[in-house]
Amino acid sequence: MGIELIYQKWSGKINEVTIGSESKAVKIGGQNSLPFLFKEGGLPNRPRIAFEIWDVPPQDWPDELRRPYGGVLEDVIKWAERCQEEYKAEIICVRLLGAHPDLGNKPSAEEARLVELLLQKVAVPLIILGCGDDQKDNELMPVCCQAARGKRCLVGSAVQDNYRTLTAAVLADGHNIIAESPIDINIAKQLNILISDMGLAQDRIVINPTVGALGYGLEYAYSIMERARLAALSGDKMLAMPFICFVGQESWRAKEAKALETEFPQWGPQRERGIIWEAATAVAFLQSGADILVMRHPESVNCVRDYINVNYQDVDS
Amino acid sequence: MGLSGLDIYKLLPKTNCRECGFVTCLAFAMQLAKRQVSSEKCPYLSDEAKRTLESASRPPIKLITIGEGDGKLEIGNETVMFRHEEKFHHPCGLGFIIEDNLGDKEISETIKKINALNFERVGCMLRPDLIAIRQNGNTDRFVQAVKAVREQTSMNLMLMSKDFKAQQEALKLVSSARPLVYCLDKDNYQEFSSLISEFKVPVVVCAQDLSGLSEITQNLINQGIEDIVLDTGKKATTEKIWEMTQIRRLSLFRSQRSLGFPSLVIVENRADPFQETLTAITYIAKYAGIVLISGNETWEALALLTLRQNIYTDPQKPLCVEPKIYPVGNVNNNSPVLITTNFSLTYYTVLGEVEASKVPSYIVASDTEGMSVLTAWAAEKFTAETIAATLDKCNIKDSVSHRRLIIPGYVAVLSGELEERSGWQIIVGPKEASGIPSFLKNL
Repeated sequence: MGIELIYQKWSGKINEVTIGSESKAVKIGGQNSLPFLFKEGGLPNRPRIAFEIWDVPPQDWPDELRRPYGGVLEDVIKWAERCQEEYKAEIICVRLLGAHPDLGNKPSAEEARLVELLLQKVAVPLIILGCGDDQKDNELMPVCCQAARGKRCLVGSAVQDNYRTLTAAVLADGHNIIAESPIDINIAKQLNILISDMGLAQDRIVINPTVGALGYGLEYAYSIMERARLAALSGDKMLAMPFICFVGQESWRAKEAKALETEFPQWGPQRERGIIWEAATAVAFLQSGADILVMRHPESVNCVRDYINVNYQDVDS
Repeated sequence: MGLSGLDIYKLLPKTNCRECGFVTCLAFAMQLAKRQVSSEKCPYLSDEAKRTLESASRPPIKLITIGEGDGKLEIGNETVMFRHEEKFHHPCGLGFIIEDNLGDKEISETIKKINALNFERVGCMLRPDLIAIRQNGNTDRFVQAVKAVREQTSMNLMLMSKDFKAQQEALKLVSSARPLVYCLDKDNYQEFSSLISEFKVPVVVCAQDLSGLSEITQNLINQGIEDIVLDTGKKATTEKIWEMTQIRRLSLFRSQRSLGFPSLVIVENRADPFQETLTAITYIAKYAGIVLISGNETWEALALLTLRQNIYTDPQKPLCVEPKIYPVGNVNNNSPVLITTNFSLTYYTVLGEVEASKVPSYIVASDTEGMSVLTAWAAEKFTAETIAATLDKCNIKDSVSHRRLIIPGYVAVLSGELEERSGWQIIVGPKEASGIPSFLKNL
């Protein structure tokens, strides 16, 4: 008995966004099919993994997560180099947390010099994140954008109440922007409209849907992403942006990733548990359409990279 | 697939005898179409009409039950492609493969390990559902191994053997436990179908492609065998995702009855347990009814069961706990009082940390309709007004002699107004639950 398969045809397509300049630039998005359904449409760019690094030594990272970065957590340049050289990072994501008023309040000019130096030492594309304090970020990000002028970085995060300054800076210096919305498809769309209205091209916007870790509300962002992707493929241009998911940050807050075996003997050894918690969160979001995964543990990154490479083997890297 | 009221009317006797309780056959037909009444109310239905009505009301993906009693596994009866469209109904089963050529002692140890794989998360017990015994050698050994497993676990069973005699003997021993038989394929199904009919057990049908599957299942359906699970064999992950998507689409959108069953996937990668886990994660998200793995490490099971819990959560109904006072530990009238929301994830995270602090405390779960702290605050379900009302309603003042309330750090902004409204002294707790133990110890 012959079975006639059901092919879904989509009128829309996700924007292709280029991050970085010259030979190491990477492209994300560009698909007109749901994740992994290669037979139904084009998935021209594989999902990419970015390593997350900080400009101040993280205090609350568990030992298992600090171990791979022994000796470099105090020096963000060396940290970036280790990610690039030893762990073969394709993208590096630097969080300028040290600029936060409560965490050292580093002057913006100092952070801008750091960005400049990073761009000299690191060949792979850069994602630059502010410190999370709106007022400080509005002063910090324009100078950092300027320091990285022409390098086509991905810069974040614009939020509904604070997107103008960042959008203007990104526009002026030729970068891409992260538009962050709190697990809300309407706000995601609204923010994309607001940013586009300021003149930034739609293929310069990446959506951060604010994900939760495995076991910690993962399903909320998972479904928001599926809804947004279906809307985009059905023709909604204001949701046709690739997704960036901050998987590392969320996973390593989960007790299942952090707790030692001595605290929870019934959960077994912590090392594998932590690694799989981050990797499993990442792979779950690949099913809902993640384009960039920002991750922390090199072992987790390895697992997810292997997974992507095997499943995208027919797609050029 | 659904019949309209008029379609149904044509099948009825049209005598308006009123024995069904309705004034006319047409009125009865209309209620049948809405599935408000059972067709059995009409005593005069022809057999043919009964069959037609039955098949029209059949769900597009059949519900399959494996096992017996409380721990039985029910899969299938899914209605959507994406969970936000309604929900995923029957959480996919997770099972482990045990080889029958292991020694008895090894089998016992493995079962012991698997039996211990259960975890409490947000108030639910998470546990795997199946143990599959796979034949590697002779008939007797398989039957022996099945017997051994059956004696040592209450988990549902799956029998993996293409040896007729072995299946027959094993089924004689365990058919009352309603094991899943693996598998019927194009070469053996004619022979095995008698066995399945005799023992009335669910069965996996295996073929490399959907047409092949369909051919076998159609034959089985014609023989009255309908407790079927589908398997398209071992292949690349993206190919599997495509096939599982097609099976789901064909049954939902085209009522393809020969594929209207849940699917099973075997994920085995002993060399790389991380990849095994990630592949299994894929199928839990994308339409598997059963995922079988070879590894039985705690971290693997914990990750997979947690994802299953996430994906199968009803998107319209957040998990909540009852809004009330929860005493933790050996409390007295001096114990600290913490307030949080009644979103399960929030409550259980706070509970875990309060327990870890070993400081006996009261947790008050405020009714935020299952929203987390910040979401509830933004939606005005967790405000000075609602918190003050909660304190009043739950009578916490009868349990403690002090009037000090610890609130989540994220809603520190409520302190002033809350103090005024409630008359309680407000202490701002940590933002993250993980800060609770040191906070309570230093209170």
